[in-house]
Amino acid sequence: MLDIIVGTLEKLPLVTAFAIVGVIMWISYAIGKLTSNRIHGSAIAIVAGLVLAYVGGKVTGGSKGISDISLFAGFGLMGGAMLRDFAIVSTAFGVKLEEVKKAGLAGGIALVVSVIISTAIGAAVAYAFGYTSVVDMATIGGGAVTFIVGPVTGAALGASSEVIALSVAAGVVKSIAVMILTPLLAKPAGLTTPAAAAVYGGLMGTTSGVSAGLAATDPKLVPYGALTATFYTGFGCLMVPSVGYMTLAALFG
Amino acid sequence: MLIYGVSLMSGCLIAGVIIGKLIGHMVGIDADVGGVGIAMLLLVVISRWFIDRERMSAMAQDGIKFWSAMYIPIVVAMAASQNVVAAFDAGTMAFIAGFLPVVAGFLLIRPLAALGGTVETEDAAKRSAQGAK
Repeated sequence: MLDIIVGTLEKLPLVTAFAIVGVIMWISYAIGKLTSNRIHGSAIAIVAGLVLAYVGGKVTGGSKGISDISLFAGFGLMGGAMLRDFAIVSTAFGVKLEEVKKAGLAGGIALVVSVIISTAIGAAVAYAFGYTSVVDMATIGGGAVTFIVGPVTGAALGASSEVIALSVAAGVVKSIAVMILTPLLAKPAGLTTPAAAAVYGGLMGTTSGVSAGLAATDPKLVPYGALTATFYTGFGCLMVPSVGYMTLAALFG
Repeated sequence: MLIYGVSLMSGCLIAGVIIGKLIGHMVGIDADVGGVGIAMLLLVVISRWFIDRERMSAMAQDGIKFWSAMYIPIVVAMAASQNVVAAFDAGTMAFIAGFLPVVAGFLLIRPLAALGGTVETEDAAKRSAQGAK
């Protein structure tokens, strides 16, 4: 009997994920109501997702959270890059171009400023912990930009796999920290308007962190933040291994 | 038809990612530069064009709105597929290197947002001040 149930669920991975996520949403929004929406239901659901990911990672030792357990493989499909990007694009529907123009300039400035600051912080932390070669500093600096920029930089500059792994870890910490901290810090940090959301997207840059952070804060702000954030990793991949590396080489080489 | 909206969105994403990859290729990196962002801009402009000319049925719009409403559940599934264990077991250096830029980012939202839309942020500040009273 159990075999039949588990076998069926494993044959219908995406459908199973839809069913379970629906239940998670329902429970989370019910808890949110109990707090009289002081904590948003979507924030609770995202934290529940992260807890599941932690459990999945501990149980399997894999890197894809709960989706490494075959019964929950559909989470990887549902929450994978393809459907995530598709859903992000859909949030742009109904956005006014005038708002985007207004938000765009500040968002663009934020993006450039943040790639510089993140690389500098990452490189400085690497230096403080004894990774004093320019290649290592640039790679870990790239990881502090996003968990994609780190390995791209490391591969381009020929960093060791240990340093590349550290840069990925730094990027993952950043992305999860953005998910958890955004709903808590949104109001004090002034994240209340489309322009502020565009700036926030440019400052944080991690698409997964920003998309989850804004979803848990105010879904109306999602398109503005996502718009700038989606340029961040590409820009980082462009700048950190080239300009970033050369600057660090000039200073420390 | 519902699929018209979904198809329009898909076309925007495909075109956006191709343009993003081309930009990446032109500047010499094997990455997509802003593909999803370009797709969003395409959808904003094209859907506005169709709606202004009343060429987009309510059903077609619902096709896009469905995915927009699926956004949060998809993000929850994404959160559940993250390498959270790696983040927790990252070790001090990776933790600090990943955490400090986030702190810096939150501190910079206000000053940088003020550059872009002073009026808006003041309005919001007034509104929240009134809310507090």
